[in-house]
Amino acid sequence: MIGPNRNAVRLNLLLMAALIVMMILSLAAGKVWVSPLAWLEDDLSGLIIMELRLPRIILGAAIGAALGMAGATMQGYLRNPLADPGVFGVSSSAALGAVSSLYFGYAMTAWLLPTFALAGAAIGMGLLALLAGRSGSLILFTLAGVILSSLAASLTSLMISLAPTPFATTEIVTWLMGALTDRSWDDVKLAVPIIAVGMLFLIATGRSLDALTLGEDAARSMGVNVVRLQWLAVLGVGLTVGASVAAAGIIGFVGLIVPHLVRPFAGHRPSAVLLPSALAGALLIVTADSAVRILPTVSELRLGIAMSLLGAPFFMILLYKMHRELA
Amino acid sequence: MFLSFEKLGLTLRGRDILKNISGQFQLGRVTVILGANGAGKSSLLSCLAGLREPQSGIVKLDDRQILSLEGRERGQLIGLLPQRPDIHWNVDVKTVVGLGRLPHSGRWGMGAADHEAVTKAMAATDCTELAERKAMRLSGGEQGRVLLARVLAGEPKWLLADEPLASLDPAHQFDVLERLKNYAKAGNGVIVVLHDLTQAARFADDIMIMKDGDILAAGPRDAVMTADIMGQAYGVEVQIGKSDTGEPLVVPVRRLP
Repeated sequence: MIGPNRNAVRLNLLLMAALIVMMILSLAAGKVWVSPLAWLEDDLSGLIIMELRLPRIILGAAIGAALGMAGATMQGYLRNPLADPGVFGVSSSAALGAVSSLYFGYAMTAWLLPTFALAGAAIGMGLLALLAGRSGSLILFTLAGVILSSLAASLTSLMISLAPTPFATTEIVTWLMGALTDRSWDDVKLAVPIIAVGMLFLIATGRSLDALTLGEDAARSMGVNVVRLQWLAVLGVGLTVGASVAAAGIIGFVGLIVPHLVRPFAGHRPSAVLLPSALAGALLIVTADSAVRILPTVSELRLGIAMSLLGAPFFMILLYKMHRELA
Repeated sequence: MFLSFEKLGLTLRGRDILKNISGQFQLGRVTVILGANGAGKSSLLSCLAGLREPQSGIVKLDDRQILSLEGRERGQLIGLLPQRPDIHWNVDVKTVVGLGRLPHSGRWGMGAADHEAVTKAMAATDCTELAERKAMRLSGGEQGRVLLARVLAGEPKWLLADEPLASLDPAHQFDVLERLKNYAKAGNGVIVVLHDLTQAARFADDIMIMKDGDILAAGPRDAVMTADIMGQAYGVEVQIGKSDTGEPLVVPVRRLP
């Protein structure tokens, strides 16, 4: 029933244990395998672990958690199992910000690109506020998000086509695919606090999302403030997704798939799906990122591409199942 | 305790939906709101529930303004059963009914009082044996019962229901109305929007009848339920009679020119 239930607690503990195990395994995995005995050594393998893999794994877990929880919130808020964190247009406006820094060749300084991406996300949220107003209306809001995201996407395409050099074009296209390659502690320090704050906003939506299970009128009659909920969702999704895109580019499908994977185990109540989605999202990204590191490809497979390759078939199965249930 | 509204005025897109109307509801009674489509019944109901802010006038619980109440307290005092059954996500029945406790339950979930209220509400609506079923998979009648249980679980002092009989067969219509009547008898206020005149005549203690944003008549059932008033309200000729067992029958026979 409402409140912490034993199955939910068990599921969260299980996911957490799996995540910790996977993060430790992931430390060892890569083009160079490093045995745990060498992790704290003051040599090259110690350096690989502490300066390359550890920040990358922490960042991956944070981004996975962010995208998973943002996806679960969006699906609960829009009461639509096909919603994902991209719906508000936050990820595409963050991407636009990042791409413009690449376009103008500002990427020389490490912190400029993420800053531009965050600025893009912030501008996106501001525009969303202007477009949707303070009505709290779901349809207006979704439409505003869709308009925003297609606007940002077309501006991004414009920048690609007008890129000053072929090198810039390649750089932009590659960056858009999303990856965790060569991320450092600086990226962790920038993204993780923002993601953490964003997740607090997302968790605060839980009760209202539960009430929305019975529709907007019923929820409001039970004391849900839809305007407050809207801003919690926008701020939460904006911060988590904005910071994720800033740190790793666009990694699709996590926010869409993960809530579906945990829902049968967590119970379908929206608030019960939030935490398991964060844990499972982290687990998924850490696992997938370890896989792309191990895969014997010439250049590392981009994580964003790997997730889409994994996600698309899942999406098809989901549609097929829904199709059967509706028939 | 009284639920009252004074000089409510509501204009949407240049159309006057509510025209400076006033009225009052009492505890322990079922008040049925009647009126033709677009007469302003649902708008009035959502103003009463505090979901819509009128351009002028106020809704008051005794002498406290509805809109000044904090959402949670308003949710404890006034329960709303919206028109269409609306259940998202594949949750089970006891979860749906448990949601009715949201205005009461603490941050860390439901306490003993909450569980007790849920059990009671499910028993009152014959939902107990549905507890583990998935709410989305139930029939329309069962869903209606479950959603009523959801509102009852919140133990609101005032229960507002917008056309709770829509899409229910006659047997289930009786069930819902009996339960609403019992809830009023237990000392609560029940306000129901209905379209079925015979059911209204049978179950209402008081009737408020609206036309074009105005209140045409309001008062005890027998004073308001007359062929003349019904004719004015709906633009149809109405015959009022009794069944063989003495139940009121209200039958629209033709459209008035």
